[in-house]
Amino acid sequence: MDVEGEVPAAAAAAIANGLGGGEEASPAPFSAEQLDVEAYAAQYSGRTRLARLVFVADRCGVEAMQLEALRMAYDEIKRGEDVQLHRDVALKINGRLGPRYGLDQAWVDTVSRRAEQRKEKLENELNGYRTNLIKESIRMGYNDIGDFFYAHGQLSDAFKSYIRTRDYCTTSKHIVQMCMNVILVSIELGQFAHVSNYVSKAEQTPDSLDPIIVAKLRAAAGLANLETKKYKLAARKFVETGIELGNNYSEVIAPQDVAVYGALCALASFDRSDLKSKVIDNINFRNFLELVPEVRELVNDFYASRYGSCLGHLEKLKPNLLLDIHLHEHVETLYTDIRHKAIIQYTLPFISVDLNTMATAFKTSVSMLEKELAALITENKIQARIDSHNKILYARHADQRNTTFQRVLQTGNEFERDVKSMLLRANLLKHEYSQRTSGSRKM
Amino acid sequence: MESLEALVAHIQGLSGSPEEVAHLHSLLKQADGDSLRAHASALVPFLAHLSPGAHSLGYLYLLEACATSGANLGDFGGGDFLVTMADFLTACSSDQIRLAPDKFLNVCRVLKDQVMQLNRPIRGIAPLRVAVRKIQASPEQLTPVHADYLLLCLLAKQYKAGLSVLEDDIFEVDQPKDLFLYCYYGGMIYIGLKKFPKALELLHNAVTAPMSSLNAIAVEAYKKYILVSLIQNGQVPSFPKYTSATAQRNLRNHAQIYVDLCTSYGNGRYSDLEIFIESNAAVFQSDNNLGLVKQVLSSMYKRNIQRLTQTYLTLSLEDIARSVQLETPRDAEMHVLRMIEDGEIHATINQKDGMVSFHEDPEQYKSVEMVEHIDSSIQRLTALSKKLASIDENMTCDPAYLLKVSSTGRDRGRFDYEDFDTVPHKYF
Repeated sequence: MDVEGEVPAAAAAAIANGLGGGEEASPAPFSAEQLDVEAYAAQYSGRTRLARLVFVADRCGVEAMQLEALRMAYDEIKRGEDVQLHRDVALKINGRLGPRYGLDQAWVDTVSRRAEQRKEKLENELNGYRTNLIKESIRMGYNDIGDFFYAHGQLSDAFKSYIRTRDYCTTSKHIVQMCMNVILVSIELGQFAHVSNYVSKAEQTPDSLDPIIVAKLRAAAGLANLETKKYKLAARKFVETGIELGNNYSEVIAPQDVAVYGALCALASFDRSDLKSKVIDNINFRNFLELVPEVRELVNDFYASRYGSCLGHLEKLKPNLLLDIHLHEHVETLYTDIRHKAIIQYTLPFISVDLNTMATAFKTSVSMLEKELAALITENKIQARIDSHNKILYARHADQRNTTFQRVLQTGNEFERDVKSMLLRANLLKHEYSQRTSGSRKM
Repeated sequence: MESLEALVAHIQGLSGSPEEVAHLHSLLKQADGDSLRAHASALVPFLAHLSPGAHSLGYLYLLEACATSGANLGDFGGGDFLVTMADFLTACSSDQIRLAPDKFLNVCRVLKDQVMQLNRPIRGIAPLRVAVRKIQASPEQLTPVHADYLLLCLLAKQYKAGLSVLEDDIFEVDQPKDLFLYCYYGGMIYIGLKKFPKALELLHNAVTAPMSSLNAIAVEAYKKYILVSLIQNGQVPSFPKYTSATAQRNLRNHAQIYVDLCTSYGNGRYSDLEIFIESNAAVFQSDNNLGLVKQVLSSMYKRNIQRLTQTYLTLSLEDIARSVQLETPRDAEMHVLRMIEDGEIHATINQKDGMVSFHEDPEQYKSVEMVEHIDSSIQRLTALSKKLASIDENMTCDPAYLLKVSSTGRDRGRFDYEDFDTVPHKYF
C-alpha cells in the first residue's frame, strides 16, 4: 500500500526536479529518485559496473535516470574493449543523448582489428609454450587469453581458458588465483553452482589464505547461496565476511551490498538468538552495517520489536533494492519472509492479542491482518486461533494428552490396515509364484 | 452304463460315513460327463427322491448336471428350479460339497445368472450368503462366490447384507480376479453406506494388488479410489512403492480425467471445480461415477469449513460464506449445521448476531467406552502382530524363498527380501 502511494509522488518529484525533462510521465513501476547513479556506480569497478549500469537503465523506468546510467556506461565502455556491449548500449540509447553517443563504427573496427591481432599473438605464444612444455608459461598463456576474452565480453571462452590453467597450477597461490578468476566469470555468467564449487576449492588449499582473499571468498559464497535461494546459508556467509573486504572486491560486490544482503537474509532466516549473536553483537559485521545506517536501524528495530518502523525502513529501501543486479529477484520473497517473521514474533509471547493494537503496530488494517494471520495459522506457523467477533487472537496450547491419544489410535489403525493389505499382497505374490513354478514344471 | 435309478440308489445308500461318501464320489465321477448330461432333463424328478441335506454330494452332481445342461432351465419350471437350487444351498452339508467344489461353484454361478436374468437379485442373496460360509475352509479364505454375492447385494441395493461377508478379513486368495472383483464390489458397497475409510481400504487393495498386466477392474477401482480419496481426505496419495510397475505406469493414463479433477480440486476454487465437472459430466456419467463426483464437489465446502475451525474461534456466517464461496449466509448456516449434526466439526451457531463459535474436540479420552475401544484395538493389533511374526517365521523357513534370497547376489530377482519387507519400519 505504501508502494502504491509512493509511485505518483516519485513521478511528481522527478518532474519537479527537472529530471523528467517535461516529457510524458514514464510509467514508473517504482520510485527511483533516491538512487544517485553516479555514487552508485562509483562503488564498483570493472565489468560489474557496466552490467549494473545497464541493469539500472533497464529497470528504473525513469527516463532521465536511464539516460544518465547509459551515458556513464557508454563512456566507460569506450575506455574498454567490449565491442558487443558497445553496440547494445548504443542501441539502447537510440540517439537520445545526441550524436556523440551513437554507434561508433570506426572505434568498433579499430578495436576489433586490434583484438584479432592480439588474439593471434596470444595463441601463437601459447602454442610455443605448449610445444616446449613449460608449465608456468602455459598457465600464464591461458591466463592471458582468459583475461583477453573477459575484457572483450566473451565470457564463456574466458571461463574455459581459466579452467584450463588448472592443470598447470603448481602452488596453492596459483590455485587460488585460478579459483578467483573462475568465480569472477561465473558470477557474471550467472552460474552460481560453479561459484560455490570453486569457493570451496579455494578454501581447501593447504596454505593459510590472505584475509582479503578469505573475505572475498565468503562474499562470493554468500552471493551464490543468495542466488540459489538458500537464504540462511547466505546470511551465515555474509555475516562471516571480514571487514578486510573493503573496496578490494569492487569488481564483484561493494561492502554496502554485503551489509544489505547479509542483514536482509539474516532477518528472513535467523531466529532471535542467532540474530542477536551473529548479527547485532558481531563486531565484524557491525562495521559493514555502519556503512548503511538505514539497514542498521532496521535490524535494531526488528530486534527491539519496533516492527512498524522496521517495516517502514524496509519499504523505503525497496525501490533501490529492486535495482540491484543480484537482490532484485529475491526482494519480494525476503520481504514476505521478514514480515511473516515479524508477525510470528509479535504474537509469540502473548496468550491473547488485540488485533486492533497489532494492526496499528504493523501499519495495516484489521481485516488485512486477519487474512495474513489466517494464512500463517493454516501453514501452522502460528499456534493460535482468531476470535473474529471480538477481534482477538488467542494462543492455542495443544493438549499433549489428547493429541497423543489421537495419534496412537490413528497409528494403530494405519498399522492394522497396512499389515492386512500387505499380508494379502504377500499371498497373491505367493500364489502367482506357485502357479508359475507348477506351470513350468509341467512344461 | 448304469441306469439313473441305480445311481440314485447308490447315492441313497452311500451317503453315511466319510468312507462311503468317498466311494460314492468316485462312482459319481465315473457317471459324470456325457451320461449325466445326456439325461439332464430327466434328472429333475429324481431330485425329489433325494434329501439335499443327507445326500448332498449326489444331489450336487445331479443338480449341477441339470443347471449347466443349457438354456432350457425354463423347462424345469423356471422359478421352481431356482427354489430347488436355493433350498439345496441352504440345506446341503458342507463336508460333502467340499469334495466337489467346482460343481458347487457352478451351481452358485447358475443361480446368480438366473436371478440376474429374472431381474430379481434379491432372491439370490440369502442362498449365496449361506453358500459362502459352506464352501469356505476358513473365514479368511476368498471364494469366487464372494464376488457374486457382493454383486447381488449391490444390484438389490441391500448394502447392509454385504457387510456380513465384508467384515471378515480376507487373507487367502485362489484367483486374483476374485480379489479384484471382491475389492471393487466391496468398495462400492461401502461407498453406498458412506463408510469411506473402509471403501478406500478395499479400493486401495484393488489398485495396489500385484498385477503383471493391466485389467479393467483395477482401472475402474482406481477411478473410484481417486474420488473417494478426495471426499475423505481432500487429496489423493501417490502410489505406494509396492504398487506393481504396471499399475504405476498405466493407471493414470486410463483415468486422465480423474487425475485432472484431482488437480482442479487441489487448487481449492469451488467455481473452477464446478465448471470442470460440468464440462466433463458426460464422461463421468458414462463411467457411472457422476454421483460420486458431485459428492466430491460438495466435500470441498466441508473441507474449507473444517479448515476454518483450525484458524478461527468465532467467525460470522457472512465471512464463512465468503471464504468458502457459498452464496448466502443462509447456505453457510445450513452447511455448518449439517456438519455439526454429523459430528464433523464442533461448533455452536448464535443466530442472534449470526456468529459461529468453533470449539475444540470435546473428547477427553477418559470415558469407559473410549477405554474399551482402545483396549479392543490393542487386542486386535497384538493378534495381528503375532500372526505377522508367525508368517515371517514360515517365510524364512520356506525353501523356495531361501533359494531365492541366497541367489540374490547374482540376480536380484523379484523375490528380494525387500519385496516382502513392505511393513513400514516406523512401526517397530
